[in-house]
Amino acid sequence: MNSIRWRNITTQLREQKIGIAAIAVLVLFVIAAALAFLSKYDPNQIVVLDRLKPPDSNHWFGTDDYGRDYLARALYGGRISLSVGFLSMVISVTLGMTVGTISGYFGGWVDNLLMRSVDVLMAIPSFFLMLILNAYMKPGIGTIIVIIGALSWMGIARIVRAETLSVKEREYVLYARVSGQSKIRIIIKHIIPNIMPTIIVSATINIASAILMESSLSFLGLGVKQPNSSWGSMLNDAQSFISEAPYLAIIPGVFILLTVLSFNFLGDIFRVAFEPKANKR
Amino acid sequence: MRRYILRRVGQAVPLLLFISIISFALIKLAPGDPVLSFVTPNMGAEDVERIRQNLGLDKPVYVQYLLWLKNVLSGDLGYSIVNHRPVMEQILGRLPATVGLMGAGLLLSLLISIPLSMYAGSRKNRPIDRILSLFSYIGISIPSFWFGIMLIYLFAVKLHWLPSMGMRTVGSDSILDIIKHGILPVTVLLYMNVSVYMRYIRSNTISQLEEDYVQIQYAYGSTTGTVLWKHVFKNVLLPVITILGMSLPELIAGAFITESVFSWPGMGSLGITAVYGLDYPIIMGITMLSSIMLVVGNLVADILYGVVDPRIKTMG
Repeated sequence: MNSIRWRNITTQLREQKIGIAAIAVLVLFVIAAALAFLSKYDPNQIVVLDRLKPPDSNHWFGTDDYGRDYLARALYGGRISLSVGFLSMVISVTLGMTVGTISGYFGGWVDNLLMRSVDVLMAIPSFFLMLILNAYMKPGIGTIIVIIGALSWMGIARIVRAETLSVKEREYVLYARVSGQSKIRIIIKHIIPNIMPTIIVSATINIASAILMESSLSFLGLGVKQPNSSWGSMLNDAQSFISEAPYLAIIPGVFILLTVLSFNFLGDIFRVAFEPKANKR
Repeated sequence: MRRYILRRVGQAVPLLLFISIISFALIKLAPGDPVLSFVTPNMGAEDVERIRQNLGLDKPVYVQYLLWLKNVLSGDLGYSIVNHRPVMEQILGRLPATVGLMGAGLLLSLLISIPLSMYAGSRKNRPIDRILSLFSYIGISIPSFWFGIMLIYLFAVKLHWLPSMGMRTVGSDSILDIIKHGILPVTVLLYMNVSVYMRYIRSNTISQLEEDYVQIQYAYGSTTGTVLWKHVFKNVLLPVITILGMSLPELIAGAFITESVFSWPGMGSLGITAVYGLDYPIIMGITMLSSIMLVVGNLVADILYGVVDPRIKTMG
């Protein structure tokens, strides 16, 4: 990452005001989730008398069917949604980067083996596989993170491999090879830093899709489960009260939409900033 | 051409074999003894042993796999452990509902997204293009189940215009009734698909409009409309085939979620119910079938691409 690339990003952000809005939304959500403990209500405190109260000055987001403060639940839920999204991204980017660089750099049968495995994994509808694995394995947030991460790296591996193929023919890589550096060292020291832009773009968009997957799984009741809650599992509960308390369904959905939208916007802004050719589109 | 098709088919076969191994593993790794699903209370130990032998469970794993594969190839996917009906029969019974929903969604999304995104591309960065592009950003970011719930709230709960769930009203048999039930789920699929397709088709239109042949048409005095529909259109159609192949996984995942939100009686909701009930034979059957659909879909897309664009044949 050199300074020109950073300058490209700031230029892009200045041109695309929406990017600044996206960053603002994400920063706000992360801070709110981190400071969730400052909320005056306990997200799990059940107050039967306050059941299904619409939003007012006391409970800004109203209360749910157990009388729990919905704002507090949304803050803690956001903490889980955001961390699941981020951590699964770390897993899938690490896997994708490792497989992609090794496949691209080593070539030959290694490349063949790895890429055919990618083909197989991509040929099975991954969302259904996630459902199944979630049902098979011990439920828990760790399980969800691993499952989402382990089943969404294939696209990244393909992109990284293609980039590696072109970077490995550059002169400085050839020079490093001639000077006797080991293959692993070349990959870490020379290839990966040069494909960083691609990786950052993929990572940003990957968080967006990981958050969507987590929320879909939790919505179906196969992801985050009680006593924990994420925005997706809040929607699962809210579904039964759609006519009496629509705000229960609207609030978490808007949060998911804004988060995912912001990551997608940012991903595209990075893409344009990193490859000036994409600018024309 | 024949060699190209043969090679593509040849590449799909090992893929299908791998998928079958994974599906078999899903059954093998499932907790619990598969024999138990065949045992009734009045059976003795000998009966259980006989069933075990019939199922080939006393043989080594690879023999079990081959026996299983033989059954699968002859269309026998075993029995549900929840309601003991044949898996194949249940899946086939649900297939028309899913195919109808997906087919309608897919066809309408093509009809809408192609003209819309070509128009957006020809008005690059104008207000209409910006609005459409925001619309498609939201479409790829919105959780489909939430969009579905919001539609149900608005059109079924508030306005009472459309039914919120199922495929037909009890006692009614008319096509119109099915269409009425289908509007909301198809709308969800449509918005997802159109948003994805628009991004590709729009950028493709933009790059086509920069090509020399377009400039020549302008020089001959053609209007933008003629250039778009007579010339750019044909070239934009090509990548659409690839996009279709590529978007199949999302289409299948979308069906699972959308069907369960709207209780649409298709393969997706069968699959989700099976996951809840840990009904492994059904889970395996659906995994197999949807993977085969994916592989075949991609194969067809590849072959079509080769048929439509003669340049492909000579390459990889």
